[in-house]
Amino acid sequence: MDELLELLCRNALETPADLARMLNASEDDIRSRISEYEAKGIIRGYQAIVDEDSLDTDTVKAVVEIKVTPVREGGFDRTAARVSRFHEVDSLYLMSGTYDLLAMVRGRDLREIATFVSAKLATLEGVLSTATHFMLKAYKKQGVLMEEPPSDERLQVSP
Amino acid sequence: MNDSKSVPDRVADHLRRIPRSGIRDFFELVSQRSDIISLSIGEPDFVTPWTVREAAIFALDRGATSYTPNMGLLKLRRAIGGYVDRSFGLRYDPETEILITVGVSEALDLAIRAVVNPGDEVLYHEPCYVSYRPLIAMAHGVPVTVATSRENGFRLTREMLEAQTTSRTRVLLLNFPTNPTGAAMTPTEVAEIGAFARDHDLLVISDEIYSELTYDGERGSIAACPGLRERTIFLHGFSKAWAMTGFRVGYAAAPPELTEAMMKIHQYTMLCAPRLSQEAAIEALQSDRDTGIMRDEYRRRRNYIVSALNDIGLACHQPSGAFYVFPCIENTGLSSQEFAMRLLEEEDVACVPGNAFGASGEGFLRCSYATDFDQIKIAMDRMRNFVVRLLA
Repeated sequence: MDELLELLCRNALETPADLARMLNASEDDIRSRISEYEAKGIIRGYQAIVDEDSLDTDTVKAVVEIKVTPVREGGFDRTAARVSRFHEVDSLYLMSGTYDLLAMVRGRDLREIATFVSAKLATLEGVLSTATHFMLKAYKKQGVLMEEPPSDERLQVSP
Repeated sequence: MNDSKSVPDRVADHLRRIPRSGIRDFFELVSQRSDIISLSIGEPDFVTPWTVREAAIFALDRGATSYTPNMGLLKLRRAIGGYVDRSFGLRYDPETEILITVGVSEALDLAIRAVVNPGDEVLYHEPCYVSYRPLIAMAHGVPVTVATSRENGFRLTREMLEAQTTSRTRVLLLNFPTNPTGAAMTPTEVAEIGAFARDHDLLVISDEIYSELTYDGERGSIAACPGLRERTIFLHGFSKAWAMTGFRVGYAAAPPELTEAMMKIHQYTMLCAPRLSQEAAIEALQSDRDTGIMRDEYRRRRNYIVSALNDIGLACHQPSGAFYVFPCIENTGLSSQEFAMRLLEEEDVACVPGNAFGASGEGFLRCSYATDFDQIKIAMDRMRNFVVRLLA
């Protein structure tokens, strides 16, 4: 991956001025490259990585494994497109292995997710079966640890 | 008996003549303060890669806590042999030519003690790591300084070396990339210095601890020059590129007779390097993923800090290796020591005064960028405030 993209993936708030210094480029060049990535749809958005477990909010998350019958000329994509339109679905992936689609789903409580899966997902045309696993705790998200290990104290001066 | 010695008199003469390290004075000053940003740390801010730590835990778990052979675990020596061959095109026999030591610091001491006779002159370039001069003196050699300067990016030339060479010169001690200047040698320069060593029949001790942290161009060891392998002691270790400082594991590679001589000292003084560290080092050599990631991060920080310092008005050459920049502070009218002290007192930023690395380091400051990026940014802002006030 381009180094600029790598740095933005790690910290989207890095300023063009700092990025320019790190990459030995001009600020204008950095700005135009970012605009180009946005225009081409390679950068699709900027989000914060939030430790939701430490917030006092009512959110329940689950992963749902979905088995699907592929359809002629549409493969899995047609069903996947329908599934991904539901606002409950955060992420959706086509998988190899014993099931076909993996959905990350969120709701206010267990009941909301259960209803969504049984009433909306399972009844979609082409969906053969679903298996729902509720998430209990997040340890690491997008490469970021949710709990920093205690840092070791280095000497303040060393040769 | 009424003429018993005073306690200080009991300290050996040659040791009394060696001054205290300037870096220790500065350390004591810094350690009295809290909440400072330190750019004075000569070790990675990364923790040792997880796979390496995991290997050490596994070794401890299965009770691998005994001595190892004096030379070190053969498995590690073989892994090092392969690595040095792949990285530098140098072949050493793991059975007779590679010695595992307690960090490259021990290897350096062994190398000097193994080849220096009392009165032998040892050439070394300054500004340099704080240990070189004292180690030569402790081996009863005569340290001969070759001063490098900012004008040519702290490079070492044959001309500079020739000027300091006498009939008593026996050893040339090199450290590229260099702590504290970050200077690295190009292949042409390596060849030039190699030819110099050959022509004067010198033994070369090459401390290559920062060699993985080379950012522009290729790295190559002087030992790979024609005719140099037989007269070079190649020193390396795991502290910097693998972020394993506390493991204390390094190595020396040299022809069998030289290795055997170093082994003699090592055997009687150290026995062997710590077993767990050797086990961890084997794992370190099996994965270079993390060293690549760290190098990329250091390179970006270097770019940032060099550009920021030059903007501030402190002329700073772009170093090609290690994790130090060495800006010139002469235009502020302060000495290195004054600048570092006042920067610490007024802005809570610690950098090591350049004269801690030899007289030719006067007028400079060593800033380590082995520090979290956000900290570097804040430090640069504070240094800007400081310099603006000074020059106002």
